[in-house]
Amino acid sequence: MALRSSVSFLRFHALRSSSRLLSTHTRPEVQQNGKKIAEFPGAKAPYVTEMKILNESSYEPIPIYRVLDSNGEVLINTEEPNLDKEVLLNMYRSMVQLNQMDKILYESQRQGRISFYMTNYGEEGMHLGSAAALTPQDLVFAQYREVGVLLYRGMTMTELVNQCYGNHEDPGKGRHMPVHYGSKQLNIVTISSPLATQMPQAVGAAYAFKRTPNNDRCVICYFGEGAASEGDAFAAFNFAATLECPVILFCRNNGYAISTPSSEQYRGDGIAARGPSMGIHTIRVDGTDTLAVYNAVTKAREIALKNKPVLIEAMSYRVGHHSTSDDSTAYRSLEEIQKWTTDENPVQKFRLYLERKGLWNEEAENALVKDSRNFIVRTMQEAEKKKKPHWKEMFEDVYYDKPFQLQKQMQEMEEHLKKYGKHYPLDSFQKE
Amino acid sequence: MNGIVKQKIFVSRYLFKNVNHFMKRMSSHFTFFPDDHKPIEGDTTKMNMMQAINNAMDITLKTDSSAVLFGEDVAFGGVFRCALGLQEKYGNDRVFNTPLCEQGIAGFGIGLATAGATAIAEIQFADYIFPAFDQLVNEAAKCRYRSGGQFDCGGLTVRAPCGAVGHGGLYHSQSPEAYFSHAPGLKVVVPRGPISAKGLLLACLKERDPCIFLEPKILYRAAAEEVPTDSYEIPLGKAQVLREGDAATLIGWGTQVHVLLEVAQMAQETLGISCEVIDLMSILPWDEETVCNSVKKTGRCLVAHEAPLTSGFGAELAATVQSECFLHLEAPVARVTGWDAPFPHVFEPFYLPDKMRCLGALEKLLNY
Repeated sequence: MALRSSVSFLRFHALRSSSRLLSTHTRPEVQQNGKKIAEFPGAKAPYVTEMKILNESSYEPIPIYRVLDSNGEVLINTEEPNLDKEVLLNMYRSMVQLNQMDKILYESQRQGRISFYMTNYGEEGMHLGSAAALTPQDLVFAQYREVGVLLYRGMTMTELVNQCYGNHEDPGKGRHMPVHYGSKQLNIVTISSPLATQMPQAVGAAYAFKRTPNNDRCVICYFGEGAASEGDAFAAFNFAATLECPVILFCRNNGYAISTPSSEQYRGDGIAARGPSMGIHTIRVDGTDTLAVYNAVTKAREIALKNKPVLIEAMSYRVGHHSTSDDSTAYRSLEEIQKWTTDENPVQKFRLYLERKGLWNEEAENALVKDSRNFIVRTMQEAEKKKKPHWKEMFEDVYYDKPFQLQKQMQEMEEHLKKYGKHYPLDSFQKE
Repeated sequence: MNGIVKQKIFVSRYLFKNVNHFMKRMSSHFTFFPDDHKPIEGDTTKMNMMQAINNAMDITLKTDSSAVLFGEDVAFGGVFRCALGLQEKYGNDRVFNTPLCEQGIAGFGIGLATAGATAIAEIQFADYIFPAFDQLVNEAAKCRYRSGGQFDCGGLTVRAPCGAVGHGGLYHSQSPEAYFSHAPGLKVVVPRGPISAKGLLLACLKERDPCIFLEPKILYRAAAEEVPTDSYEIPLGKAQVLREGDAATLIGWGTQVHVLLEVAQMAQETLGISCEVIDLMSILPWDEETVCNSVKKTGRCLVAHEAPLTSGFGAELAATVQSECFLHLEAPVARVTGWDAPFPHVFEPFYLPDKMRCLGALEKLLNY
């Protein structure tokens, strides 16, 4: 009996091996370093007999890629990107303009001339390094602190200032808070305040691009390390990987989410460590180093266009307050801020690099600062004088067509204003 | 061996003997009234609602190369079989599974639509749409408005099975339409059977605004009609008068329409009065004109829905009817709805606004 069953077992075994040989289905390796690989559908891994519990220090921290040192000197020559003089100067000019715009608009909020503002201090290198590595067709999903990207793309300071004032020249028609920019023409999706919501959306847009024939467009999605704690961030990482989307997920890790330091935001090795765990190509870069960011995004774009998502974590420091509604000295020291303003300042680093190459000097700097300042002050004065859009714009674009209920409500408002108009600021709004 | 045979015989005898009892216990709380009006001329095929929805998606995938269908378990046909055969027909880059994450599904769909594609997203049960609430209310609904019309996600339609199913308990029975009715920018639609499901879904998929399409899951198989095989659309934002009358206006949507049709029939037979029955179909924006014209004619209005009473969509209808038809109303607007409790498991027969509760309320309305 025992013999018979072992013979039939052998027969069965032989049959199974031959059918396996003939089959085109490839099976994973069943051995790894002499250890047997388990065949659970959820993971392909070897069995071990030693119990080992992993924690955040089981792995080396992901290193920070750098091209320039703090003095703007290239560390290894082969890593220096081959960028045109004009491109380099455009990048730098955008940084200076951005700084000047931040300074003046921040002050104007303090004077009550605009309702709200958020500066970009300390993060200029990430903006310009990444923007220069993309093509104008690549779609940008931003969080709110990426104005350098928008400037480099070609959004004019006039457009940006109009948005902050919500005047009739704002393409968003004054409906959104300041700094919520967007431009269809420049492929910049309008910013919204809810954090991380743009992340799975960026992945969806990338999927749509992937399906177009001969696709050469990718999507870049910016988000802060605080936003990365939202559920939408996890959704985006996982969808991007499993659905193989041409998307670059660009994290600006500036150490703070309003008052919350990153030590209270996560306990792992930053955001970058989450990338490989989700099957995403990942790199961590020095976000104060414009050239390192440029290199990383250039490479990421190449990988993304093969429908493999890439996560970039750019390390930096939020030098300014979170917004005009925040006083950051309530939760961090002036010395700490000072260190990042002077020693690791991305604008200064990039400027020193350009000076070393003989592309920039004190004179050019002063002229540009003065020009930018004057231009912004003038633009603001003009923007301030421009009327806000007609109040009826409040009822447009809710839907493609205005539903009956909304038509009725608009009429109601019209009748109300006929009688009580003098109690409303109608003079600063456009008339029919 | 003998024991098993005996037991089998016993079980089948028991089943046979008590078939009526089981039918009564497991059967739904309504009788399906098929549509007698055909929206277009031409060939028809007998379809249940699941097949009609499948057919609408099939037509869209065939005619619109940008259209994709995705969600949890749609690749093998979906847990309710609405996507049956579509992956084999259109490929796995157009009909595919996503990770199990509703906020991801909604966000991903918004992104596809922002890039110009037609996105058909499936949420497995309407009860599980709440993780996607932020994406739908803060993002999808406001996309066009906040960008000044530069961007929109009109190509997005989110389909979700909703409503009572006999034994769904708390999380397989909900009707969340009122939550979304408070979000300007969304369109919310509920069909009552195969013909309306196909026409309304095709309209949602072509619509330039994001749509939430709630499918009463009890109708997937229960309801069968002769559905036109060609493509056709039923306009969004329009209600349908299914039965004309002058004694009272009964308003409902989804499965509840069939309950109200039966109530109207019972009222005709037992009370000798004729009620007007309206299927609202579009919850947002809704057809104020059809509803108010009807109430002005009948002077009495009863709204019924499965969702709880407080802040249910019936409240919106009642408030508008009283402000628009005040001088015509002979009685306060009646609302017959689910109770203000979570949707219970074993108490479902007592929870639902069934025909007897509707009839009771109608009698009170008439005797007011």
